[in-house]
Amino acid sequence: MVLHTPGSTPLPHFGRRTMLRVMLAGAGVAATGGLLSACGGGSSTGGESKVVTFGNNLSDQVPKDAITAAVKAFEAQSGGLSVTINTKQHEQYQEQINNYLQGKPDDVLAWFAGYRMRFFADQGLTGDLTDLWGKIGGNYSDALKQASTGTDGKQYFVPFTQYAWGMFYRKSVWQEKGYAVPKTLDELVALATKMKADGLIPIAFAQKQGWPGMGTFDQLNFRTNGYQFHVDLLAGKEDWQDKRVKDVFDTWKRLLPFHQENALGREWQEAAQTLQQKKSGMYLLGAFVGQQFPDAEKEDLDFFPFPEINPTHGTDTVEAPIDGYMLAKKPSNSDGALKLMEYLSSAEPQLAYLKADPTAVATNQKADQAGYSPLQKKVADTIKNAKHITQFLDRDTDPGFASEAATNGLIEFIKDPNNIDSVLKGMADQAKNIFK
Amino acid sequence: MTATLERPSVPVKKTRPTTPARVALHVFLILTCLMTLAPLLWAVYASLRTYDDTSVNGYFSIAKSLTFENFAKAWEIGDLPHFYWNTFLITVPALLITLVLSSMVAFAVSRFSFKFNIGLLMLFTAGNLLPQQVIVTPLWRLYRLIELPAWMSESESLIDSPLGVILIHIAFQMGFCTFVLSNYMKTIPYELTEAARVDGASVFRQYWQLTLPLCRPVLAALATLEFTWIYNDFLWALVLIQDGDKMPVTSALQNLKGTFFTDNNLIAAGSLLVALPTLVVFFVLQRQFVGGLTLGSTKG
Amino acid sequence: MTALQEKPKAVAPSGPPPRRRGKRATALAGTDKLVLALMLGIPTFVHLLFVWIPTLGSVALSFSRWNGIGGFEDIEWIGVGNYVEIFTEYPRFWPAVQHNLIWLLFLLIVPTSAGLLLAVLLDRELRFSRIYQSALYMPMVLSLALVGFIWQLIYTPDGGLLNSVLGLDKPVDWIGDSDINLYAVMVAAAWRHTGYIMLLYLAGLKSVDPALKEAASLDGASASQTFFRVTFPVMKPVNIVVAVVTVIEALRAFDIVYVINKGRNGLELLSVLVTDNIIGEASRIGRGSAVAVILLTISLGVIIPYLYQTFSKENRS
Repeated sequence: MVLHTPGSTPLPHFGRRTMLRVMLAGAGVAATGGLLSACGGGSSTGGESKVVTFGNNLSDQVPKDAITAAVKAFEAQSGGLSVTINTKQHEQYQEQINNYLQGKPDDVLAWFAGYRMRFFADQGLTGDLTDLWGKIGGNYSDALKQASTGTDGKQYFVPFTQYAWGMFYRKSVWQEKGYAVPKTLDELVALATKMKADGLIPIAFAQKQGWPGMGTFDQLNFRTNGYQFHVDLLAGKEDWQDKRVKDVFDTWKRLLPFHQENALGREWQEAAQTLQQKKSGMYLLGAFVGQQFPDAEKEDLDFFPFPEINPTHGTDTVEAPIDGYMLAKKPSNSDGALKLMEYLSSAEPQLAYLKADPTAVATNQKADQAGYSPLQKKVADTIKNAKHITQFLDRDTDPGFASEAATNGLIEFIKDPNNIDSVLKGMADQAKNIFK
Repeated sequence: MTATLERPSVPVKKTRPTTPARVALHVFLILTCLMTLAPLLWAVYASLRTYDDTSVNGYFSIAKSLTFENFAKAWEIGDLPHFYWNTFLITVPALLITLVLSSMVAFAVSRFSFKFNIGLLMLFTAGNLLPQQVIVTPLWRLYRLIELPAWMSESESLIDSPLGVILIHIAFQMGFCTFVLSNYMKTIPYELTEAARVDGASVFRQYWQLTLPLCRPVLAALATLEFTWIYNDFLWALVLIQDGDKMPVTSALQNLKGTFFTDNNLIAAGSLLVALPTLVVFFVLQRQFVGGLTLGSTKG
Repeated sequence: MTALQEKPKAVAPSGPPPRRRGKRATALAGTDKLVLALMLGIPTFVHLLFVWIPTLGSVALSFSRWNGIGGFEDIEWIGVGNYVEIFTEYPRFWPAVQHNLIWLLFLLIVPTSAGLLLAVLLDRELRFSRIYQSALYMPMVLSLALVGFIWQLIYTPDGGLLNSVLGLDKPVDWIGDSDINLYAVMVAAAWRHTGYIMLLYLAGLKSVDPALKEAASLDGASASQTFFRVTFPVMKPVNIVVAVVTVIEALRAFDIVYVINKGRNGLELLSVLVTDNIIGEASRIGRGSAVAVILLTISLGVIIPYLYQTFSKENRS
């Protein structure tokens, strides 16, 4: 075809070759520039650095101020080290973690214990903390050490704080209506039935964000099938189409009519507010639910562990996610980073931090509990007395499985509880694909 | 420059009498405008209320009191001045360079006949149409490979550097600007540059002194549009910036959305503050915007 | 081209005086060639390097199984496995394709006709016209964070504006019900898009030579005949811009569903699937890239023939 411009006179033509040559020259310059500077790069570690960088995911104002204060306290007693804090929004932090660890991570960086830590430790993206644990090991219980240990038996994580999942309720409401804490599933159903008759939403529920429902699944699963099954199932060693998994969903289906309707369009904060406003009777969630309560009403919040389903397992397991810190693979200031981590493992900064976040508890077992609220004391006791501690579905499994298969599977189930078989088939297929 | 915007105006008629049709038209337009503004006003209303009020009474209620507290709080907690500055450092260079580069391409392809003109235009336009996600992974790898001296980027690579965000905005947005500008430049009489060339004007002068001034309206229109696009971008910064302090304001707004505690009234106030610069730019440049598109679309 | 001729003349003298006076031959001199080469070369280089080379990279990666960690040597090449999995197993893929198509159709029909209607209504001597215009296009300058947020205040099942106004006994779950949430979100997207389309058409209408319309009405054409037979065809360049902008918006639609519920439960879109697979803790770069390539193919399949027709027709005219 003939292409020509609107003008009548022929236009000056110019060789494509000239153009190519210029472009190639440009590319060459850029490439050599890159190589040259590549040779010079990465030598910034020389000299004795006094700066430690700290990756923080506590982006809410109050916790952020609290962790900043803890870090400042470290600076004051570290003998001249200074800490640069890099705060990122909590969810953004998680979305970026992969690139972050492979890019230029901060020396000490916030993360979660368990499988979710191992996933990165296994791939050599974080620093070995075994030596440090030789020093700080006495601060922690065995369960916490276990949760900080990678698949190779080395430690890669320093726990900071922890919270528990359970059935939260308002004491005043329960007193007024004369409700008692249910010990078994049947008692729970009876209680929920009664609440419904009293005009309450028995169990507040929200699943718009995709993850809160995982907490319900976890509780039902380890109450029904025990701790080990929880671990194996989420590690891809058990089949999602197993009868035992189906039992879990059957139980959930039985409870679903007592859950708040329209959960898929609601965020957990809104569900928590119905609990706070005494419109719902209880809420299966983490202790952070208390952050939706005004200070004056925090005292009124209480919880009980999810009731027994299978007598073999009783209530021997508690879900208590651990938040803490990892070390960068190549920290720019290794000594300083280890000092900071050692400090963070001590009781002092943990307790100082908890003043701003009174729904969590310290992980250091020597921490003085005198300053705890009754709720915190109960959380601490529950964790201490538990035979097994789980993290959370999305912390105990492959992150890809959690964010895709598990999230969407649970949504499908909630949408249509009669569809369990096809939901489980979908989850099983994806699990096989991921845990090859 | 608005002088050049005079368009063949509709012959001025005598002030129309108020006919029922006119009234109906106004009523319809007012209703449509109200419906369009309603969601926004609803957010403004929420932003003026306190958390204590809405958490007890819900949003669908008469406010107990109205206050600007949330705005002050969002300004302070969100550290907005700092993040506005980050955005400024990304948006302005990206915008200017995009306009310069794409006007050069548009000039070259609309004034000279190369065999690859159409191919090039298609390349640019199609590039702009690509979903951003398509290039994220390789781009990130590429950025990590390109090492820079410390004076250009603190992080010594394009990762975690405003420069990297600027570059990808330029590379991406050039497509749309080239498309619009080349369409526009084709409407400029060819005789104009031809005459200049006969007079011995260099190519660069034909571009810089003859063509660009004529494009001012369309450049203003594009600047307005691109400003809102680059300003509102969310994904590039999320992928390419690792340091929370370097985030542009649109991404930093996320910091207001608490992880464990959400105050929607505060978020509403923060979001409105973040939207403010785009609103201002838009209203200031409104005339250019409409004018520019008017000229640009006369002939394709 | 007639309508425009007087304008350049009005501007040309206002440019700065020429610096150089030396006369040259009409053929391009060496410097000019170099200048022109740079003018085309630099932008093309930047564009190719940062847009098209990564795109080709994605095409390559779509044949891999890789979690995004480590160097290129860690990538396992598995041929078309990702595509097979996507077409046969990946449960979210076909819904996403369907949603993208609905999205495209919806944007092409609703905001375009609404925008055109408003533009026609406003394209006359009208009091308050500028105020109306400002109000109508205000949403388009808002960030998606704000748009998503605003519409959640409206749609939320308990205490949201819409349910409160409707006063239904049983609240509608506008966002959680996967049968209706796509449409609810598209309304929000259209809310943002309509003003933009209106503005483009308004600009187009203003540029239509009034003499044309007058001639048509003298010939006895009705208002609507004039519009559809004379005005609308003359606005073809605007129609092209509108179509391009709408297709971009529809294929790129992402932020708003991501802000609302991360694109799950009835709000799946291809762009969301790409993001889910390549961003985040556990990336499946291969599968994500394969979805990206599918999205790319759809985009290019629509765009290239269209652009080609546009550009070559122009050149022939």
